Amino acid sequence: MKLFKKFASFVLASGVFFSSSTFADTVKIAFIEPLSGPYAASGSQGLAQFKFVAEDQINKKGGVLGGKNFEIIGFDNKLSAKEAVIQVEVAIDQGIRFIAQGNSSGIANAITDHVKKHNKRNPDKRVLFINYSAVDPALTNDKCNFWHFRFDANADNKMDAITDVIAGQPDIKKMYLIGQDYSFGKAVAAAAEKYLAEKTSVEIVGNELHPISKVQDFTPYARKIMASGADAVITGNWGADMLNLGKSLTEAGYKGPIYCYYCFGVGITSVFGEKGVGMLKAVGEGFHNPAPSDEFRQFHKRFKAKYPDNDFDQPRVINALSMLALAIDKAGTADDVVAVAKALEGMTFDSKLLNTKVYMRPQDHQAIQNLHIGDHSADVEFDMDNSGYGMKIFKTVEMASMDSPTTCKMKRP
Amino acid sequence: MDLFIINFLDGLIYGLLLFMLSSGLTLIFSMMGVLNLAHSAFFMLGAYFAYQISLYLGFWVGLLVAPPIVTVLGALVERYGLRQVHQYGHVPELIFTFGLYFVIEELVQYIWGKNFVEYRAPESLDFVAFTLAGGSIQAYKVFMLLCSVAIFLGLYYVLARTRVGMIIQASLSYPKTVESLGHNVPLVFMGVFGVGTGLAGIAGVIAGPTLQTYPGMAFALGSIVFVCVVVGGLGSLFGAFVASLIIGWMKTFAAAYNVGAAEILIYFGFEYPDNVYYHPWRDLWTLTLPQIGPLLPYLLLVLILIFRPYGLFGRRDA
Repeated sequence: MKLFKKFASFVLASGVFFSSSTFADTVKIAFIEPLSGPYAASGSQGLAQFKFVAEDQINKKGGVLGGKNFEIIGFDNKLSAKEAVIQVEVAIDQGIRFIAQGNSSGIANAITDHVKKHNKRNPDKRVLFINYSAVDPALTNDKCNFWHFRFDANADNKMDAITDVIAGQPDIKKMYLIGQDYSFGKAVAAAAEKYLAEKTSVEIVGNELHPISKVQDFTPYARKIMASGADAVITGNWGADMLNLGKSLTEAGYKGPIYCYYCFGVGITSVFGEKGVGMLKAVGEGFHNPAPSDEFRQFHKRFKAKYPDNDFDQPRVINALSMLALAIDKAGTADDVVAVAKALEGMTFDSKLLNTKVYMRPQDHQAIQNLHIGDHSADVEFDMDNSGYGMKIFKTVEMASMDSPTTCKMKRP
Repeated sequence: MDLFIINFLDGLIYGLLLFMLSSGLTLIFSMMGVLNLAHSAFFMLGAYFAYQISLYLGFWVGLLVAPPIVTVLGALVERYGLRQVHQYGHVPELIFTFGLYFVIEELVQYIWGKNFVEYRAPESLDFVAFTLAGGSIQAYKVFMLLCSVAIFLGLYYVLARTRVGMIIQASLSYPKTVESLGHNVPLVFMGVFGVGTGLAGIAGVIAGPTLQTYPGMAFALGSIVFVCVVVGGLGSLFGAFVASLIIGWMKTFAAAYNVGAAEILIYFGFEYPDNVYYHPWRDLWTLTLPQIGPLLPYLLLVLILIFRPYGLFGRRDA
């Protein structure tokens, strides 16, 4: 009996010890993305990058608040806005204060609405929304709120950079805009119309939206684009819609450039291979050729050692987690998210790793950073999909859209 | 006109691809009275098997070897899965194939990962066959077209002109009589299920390089194939052929021509609103044909079910 009591008290004590240690020593971040089903590729790639950056850049450097680690917990939203909101609730229920999401602006819109409502109703359990990838401009304009921070450049910022490049190419006289029929596709088309009219005399010969992930055969679209006499195409398509559009265009005999947002990684680079050279021109914050720093080479080597089949194609994850860590340290708490958000606003992060600066604009919570236009090329140090091809930077716009206007009228608590 | 011809050809190629999928499905249905919900999963398996084989032995070996593997897999599924479930009726069979779909989809993700895989058309067919109206048609597309026509003719010949086809057709309608004549009807069932899934496998092998090989490919084509089968008439091979072509052209032409709702509304005497973006009917005014193109087959499905529930070429009692 005595022995049993001793044993029981030991179990109890160790139980208390372990549970308290896991509660006290980690700052949990809920990663809510499609982790199963047909769109799982982007979700699981992102999760790998979040986990790796948290471990390599935060936890190994001593964590936050003098020793607390970042812990990334994946939640599967099945690429459905409804499911995503349920998962946000589940995460909040588990005491998680930071929600990370980025794939699909439709879902980001649902999450930001939900977080806003939740924070209003539950001032003691408020959460922050770390948007690392959803680029619908509305999120930092009409729909902006104090709890949402975007670490990717938004669709307008990216189009600003693309049109800077197009303005320097007098050969391009006719442009075709094509995109997926939802908030992001519409935002890309609107931004392209606006900036092309402002900066160039390019004629828009086609502007259309197709149903998202419902078109299996893009050949008729490719024929239309060819028949319009377009010199270049701009598209915000991603996933199968991007790959099929591009492939149909090459097969139909199209030779011009395609300016795109998401025409690399998740197998797209490898499937295009030689045929994408001179054709795919992507905009983004995260192309590593030439390498930004020697430190990055080491970082990339460590990432590849752990995830040989994945690409590190979202360096904004480094910015997001590093800036969150700095903000938590500055606020001195990971529980009072108002203090963390106030520390994050207006922060300038100087990344030695990526050799760049990131500024979190306080008026709309939009990160301002260098944007690159990259060429699909074999002449690269860091390839994608282990294919030998990658994105080679051919133009950089420093601190892109620093002074861009915003319609955000943020209410602060 | 040239653009019309080229779209006509594109639609034909796409329609024939749909037929390769729907032929197997309709064959299985006519035999066993069960819609095989896992059909598009076998399509995906065909593409992935061929991809794996092509890595080592090239595309042509993949084309020859992958479909028989899918056929054998299909036959095994019938023998050790469906046949056991059959005694409980059609609904459990349906649920069985539904579950099988998800199992195969997850297995594919587990083995080959979630990304697109680099499954390419053979280099010997990687050239422009001919050019029309400034648009080129790849030799591989012509090859796809020939393959599907060959499959249609072959199937038709076997079912209508050979002894095997006779036995299959007979076991469809009078299984008891055929059995008492000394034929092994369960074996015929297994064979038909195997060949049906094998046809889906061939479609996967051929379509993989153009529609891309990735874990979402089964989902992308799954529902449209059912539309082909139902519109054509469940169990009718010729019906599936006609319906697949109609749907292929429907989708292609809908995507090709930017007819807007605005033009039609103006034709009927409505006035274009000054600021369309604030107009209550904004969504209607700005609607274009390509936007609703992918919905049209489903609209057709609904209309067919209302006005001709047995499909274009289905038999009234089927």
